[in-house]
Amino acid sequence: MADLGRAALVVTLGLAVYSLVAGGIAARRNERRLAASARNALYCSFASTLVAAAVLATALVRHDFSFRYVAAHTNRHLPTAYTLSAFWGGQEGSLLLWLLVLTGYGALAVAINRRLLRDLTAWVVPVIGGIATFFSFVLVAVASPFDTQTAPFDGAGLTPSLQNPYMVAHPPMLYLGYVGLSVPFAFAAGALLSGRTDERWIVATRRWTLAAWAFLGLGQLLGAHWAYVEVGWGGYYAWDPVENAALMPWLAATAFLHSVMVQERKGMLKVWNMVLVALAFELSVFGTFLTRSGVVNSIHSFAKSSIGPWFLAFVVISSVFSLALIMWRLPLLKAKTKLESALSREAAFLYNNLLLVALCLTILWGVLFPIVTQLVKGETRTIGRPYYDFFLRTFGLPLLLLMGIGPLVAWRKTSLRALTRTLAWPIAAAAVTGIVLVVAGAGSSSPGLIAYTFSAFALATIAVELVRGTRATGSLFTLVSRNRRRYGGYVVHASVVLLAIGIAGSSAYSSSVERRLALGQSMTLAGYTLTNRGVTVDPKPNVTETRAHLDVTGRWRGSISSGDNQYVNPPEPSREVGIRTDWLRGEDLYVIVDESHAKTGVVFVQVLVKPLVNLIWVAGIVFLFGSMVALWPDAREQRRLVARLAPASP
Amino acid sequence: MLLVAAVVVLVALPFLREPIATDDRLDAPSDAEARRLTLVEERDRALAALKELEFDHRTGKVDDADYRELVGPLRQAAAVALRSLDPPQE
Repeated sequence: MADLGRAALVVTLGLAVYSLVAGGIAARRNERRLAASARNALYCSFASTLVAAAVLATALVRHDFSFRYVAAHTNRHLPTAYTLSAFWGGQEGSLLLWLLVLTGYGALAVAINRRLLRDLTAWVVPVIGGIATFFSFVLVAVASPFDTQTAPFDGAGLTPSLQNPYMVAHPPMLYLGYVGLSVPFAFAAGALLSGRTDERWIVATRRWTLAAWAFLGLGQLLGAHWAYVEVGWGGYYAWDPVENAALMPWLAATAFLHSVMVQERKGMLKVWNMVLVALAFELSVFGTFLTRSGVVNSIHSFAKSSIGPWFLAFVVISSVFSLALIMWRLPLLKAKTKLESALSREAAFLYNNLLLVALCLTILWGVLFPIVTQLVKGETRTIGRPYYDFFLRTFGLPLLLLMGIGPLVAWRKTSLRALTRTLAWPIAAAAVTGIVLVVAGAGSSSPGLIAYTFSAFALATIAVELVRGTRATGSLFTLVSRNRRRYGGYVVHASVVLLAIGIAGSSAYSSSVERRLALGQSMTLAGYTLTNRGVTVDPKPNVTETRAHLDVTGRWRGSISSGDNQYVNPPEPSREVGIRTDWLRGEDLYVIVDESHAKTGVVFVQVLVKPLVNLIWVAGIVFLFGSMVALWPDAREQRRLVARLAPASP
Repeated sequence: MLLVAAVVVLVALPFLREPIATDDRLDAPSDAEARRLTLVEERDRALAALKELEFDHRTGKVDDADYRELVGPLRQAAAVALRSLDPPQE
């Protein structure tokens, strides 16, 4: 079995190298049969990677502990779903998933576009082949999931915190996003290499970019919810380097999705779009490097990490390659038009891009800071939450405002009088919201108040857009179906507003208290009174569950339990929090029992009340809906594109 | 071995199907076709801009004065793009 997996990976490596070399020669010399052969090699690389993945999945399901990977990440007690999720629970498996998704995406994108964009796909094949060469080489030579050993009776098991339904979906979702960004990168590089820098690469990759971006966004929200319910510290985002690793490419891709519209409409920002596509791709590889190398958690683990230096070399080489390509083709990327007014849709997109990229680079600096201080000063210094929170407010709040203004500004030019008239309703909505909030006592946090006011403004903008658009076209359905990308985008804007409200509410207006409670003793927070009713210990075959039970009165009546699980295999603890959700208020009562004594019944408890936190998860559903609207195939648009591209591809 | 054999056959298939190709050039657009593609893009861009302006005018984002100022150059650009694509016969 392991031999088959290893052989399949070696075959994938050979095919990837062939796609890179033969594909490059074919595209350079304009040779049709060699290009088709390289393309077939790319298709086959997906098939051989699929064989390798099937071998690993089979070994996991069969509990074949002769595979080191299976023994290190599973045991016999693990339910099947978590056993399968161990595929991406470790370094080697997740790299195999990367390669599987890459070759699958690459083969599909090339197959779909090979007839209409023959000259472009001839160059896309070696680019994807190059990326696949790197990942298959790492899997064959550095971090193989098919290393074997004498099989122990049982495996080490999966870390308890990873035994959560969110962990079944969160990593593959992120990988679909990370790897998906390879497709627009490959087509952009193909356009530069072929010297055909027209819009075809953008048209070909529009939905790929959108899908990758949506997967990344959803993956992050699933991860945030996992952290909230499983890690048990009361928050959902800790600005951890690994979390930031997913946020950075998402921000770069968000900037690209906006700026690409300026290129489509006005033929501007061609260089900038190339830079953004390359940045998003490099950050996605860098994100995988951060997640898997352990370089940031401990600088010293860098030297120990087997894949770290290889990843770093790949990021450096591919970044230099991308920059050199862009510099080489600069004359072809000159814009034919200029920005006509600072008060126009394209200018708004430009401002939005500057803010998004500034936020992205600020986070990147925060992530790199420990590495830089280690290299320069020989000591590791990390940047804490206040740094990130400051820049999130600095760039995030203007972005929220811009999200409201942008859609109401016309392309090319808008006069101040037209803009003032259009913005009247949103400004009124924002003003009323601000006043009501101040009267209601929400003025205690200026950032929170500003976030709510800007959110009201942005939501009102979306409503105004929908109402006026519906009036102009006669029906909402016609309006949306004529421009799904735009109106899907507005739904996504609404989800970002919900996210902002949720973040502001749960951070700026949350309350928290820590107490030692003896048996029968009570405490009160934000209208909730909690009374300690004792501690229970429940031993089970692989876990001992300790729970403190608290009765709740006041704004809600019921009971809530929290404590910890101590697992036998792997011998690790897992904190179990108690959460009571009030869906009407979107609020959570969040209970963390840090320490409990079964004999005396004494507990040390931390209670948090987090207003509107659940809007963050609702935002995820709205985000998914908006992304689907924007992604939904449009037959009319497809016919137009075929008509446009057909003469160029006989 | 079976996997390797299947892969070799599939990769070599273009050469097995056509051991001697009459024309082995990739069907890349010629310079003239590439130029036409650029013109088609310019035409589509100009027409889309006109359509967008009409919509923005109807939804109140562009007032009458701005509309009058912007529509002329856009119509002209669309006409130029259309003419470039379909030049009058001599």
